[in-house]
Amino acid sequence: MYNISHMSKISKDDVLRLAKLSNIYIDDSQIDAFAKDLAEILGYVEMLGEVDVSGLAPTEQVTGLKNVMRPDKVIDYGPSPKELLKNAPAQEKNQIKVKRVL
Amino acid sequence: MSIWKSIEEEAKDVATGKTTAVANVEKSLKLIDEKQEYKAIIATTRDRALARAKEVDQKIAKGAPVGRLAGVPFIAKDNFLVFGADTTAASNILKGFDAPYQATAIEKLESEGAICVAKANLDAFAHGSSTENSDYFTTLNPYDKSRVPGGSSGGSAAAVALELSPFALGTDTGGSIRLPASFCGVVGYKPTYGLVSRNGVIAMGSSLDVIGPLTRTVEDAGFVTELIAGKDELDSTMIDRAEKDYSQLDKVSLGSLNIGIVKEHMGGGLDPGVKTNVQRVISSLKKAGANVEEISLPSSKYGLAVYYILCPAEVSSNLSRYDGQRYGYSQEGVNNLEESYAKSRSHGFGDEAKRRIMIGTYVLSSGYYDAYYQKAQLVRTKIINELSSAFKKFDVLLGPTAPMNAFKIGENIDDPLKMYLTDVITVSANLAGSPAISVPAGLVEGLPSGVQIMAPQNKDKFLLSVAKRIEEIV
Repeated sequence: MYNISHMSKISKDDVLRLAKLSNIYIDDSQIDAFAKDLAEILGYVEMLGEVDVSGLAPTEQVTGLKNVMRPDKVIDYGPSPKELLKNAPAQEKNQIKVKRVL
Repeated sequence: MSIWKSIEEEAKDVATGKTTAVANVEKSLKLIDEKQEYKAIIATTRDRALARAKEVDQKIAKGAPVGRLAGVPFIAKDNFLVFGADTTAASNILKGFDAPYQATAIEKLESEGAICVAKANLDAFAHGSSTENSDYFTTLNPYDKSRVPGGSSGGSAAAVALELSPFALGTDTGGSIRLPASFCGVVGYKPTYGLVSRNGVIAMGSSLDVIGPLTRTVEDAGFVTELIAGKDELDSTMIDRAEKDYSQLDKVSLGSLNIGIVKEHMGGGLDPGVKTNVQRVISSLKKAGANVEEISLPSSKYGLAVYYILCPAEVSSNLSRYDGQRYGYSQEGVNNLEESYAKSRSHGFGDEAKRRIMIGTYVLSSGYYDAYYQKAQLVRTKIINELSSAFKKFDVLLGPTAPMNAFKIGENIDDPLKMYLTDVITVSANLAGSPAISVPAGLVEGLPSGVQIMAPQNKDKFLLSVAKRIEEIV
């Protein structure tokens, strides 16, 4: 059950592309290490390729719940807007202040 | 001799005036202080805990109702939102986060008079099996300081093993309650998915995450579950509570039980000491009259691969909210919003979070989605189907909790895949949403070793009742 023989290929460019999609910068010095780790992990999970899943439906969740509804009314959630904003790194006029987009 | 009595007795002692809530909280805080060298605790909630204890004592003095956990101190894993100390999930990105509300589980325990005294260490964002991925420090195993306590709820498990408090709360996405329970010689219980509200608990893999107790006995685990289970309108993924009163466990006769031993969990890769120990438990069960048979679940060997596609996929989505804008670490001196996101995240996330986010992004990206993510969902169905057939024949499945006992600090840290393999047995229960429990089964070469017992979904009380009997004979 511990067969780690597969090895997927992940290039430096792949790491940089994934990092960009994930909104993360990866240090140049770390790219090789991440490429190796990701290749090893993806290589391991590729064992699923051999499993016959014909006739099966995908499992998205295990509760069997469908369309959980609640009345459309305001409830007392507890914390005030001020409390909810207290962790914001920057604020102005009771709103979260962010950097310009462009 | 134990420092604490059973949770029920501790609460009774406070309610009847044999001791006070303040004395209990002070005792727990003193123990935390004395055992600092194990690094189980990130922060205490000292001031708030003592103030709450005084309130409980005043209520008792007035003869007002105080609840079933009056003055009982407990410790929460640091991914629960709790007042009185920062909530960080042991991550750099959340350092300094002051929770604006508390997790429902904490609120429920507090409404019964319990008092949260401290936040326990974990692998940052619960990503790991050893607490070595904590952005603070590594917790030491109470049985051997050169070894890990397991993870990700390693601080909670070590805290209970050291008896810093009568119980602790943890979270379990792929084994994060049961693995450290096994490594630290305590009981770790993962309830059926959806039985306990996750509101106010930092999300990891939302189709897998559950919260549950770490305790010294199965009975205590049932007692805590009784008080945290049940619907919450702030968590829409909850199931109906099928059973009543988990604190009153049934008397199960071992002679009436059909116990399945999953062949694949006893195979190659299993530490010989762990194997011998489980075989010893099996002989005791047979001697007590249980019908114990081996069963093959051929797809169980794919469980970990399924997990390491689905979990990172869900992690990549859940961790996208940490962007340095609304809360958490925010990088100064950036030019625009995009740079603020990326620089805040790069500084705030450790390597393991980055790995999981990138793996998740990869398996969800168009072109790879079908081959990885959807394939994993299909194999998940296959694993669930095999388990369902097994439960037609067997009341519970039993085996080792993990293929190994506590390993040395540093032993697996440079090999993420090897670290992942610690969860190879526990993940099945998360994929199926089933309840599972790790019960201490003695020491192997001086280190604790647990057995895992697993039951079908919604059979939590039955599982706890069986576990209690097994606890008595091992």
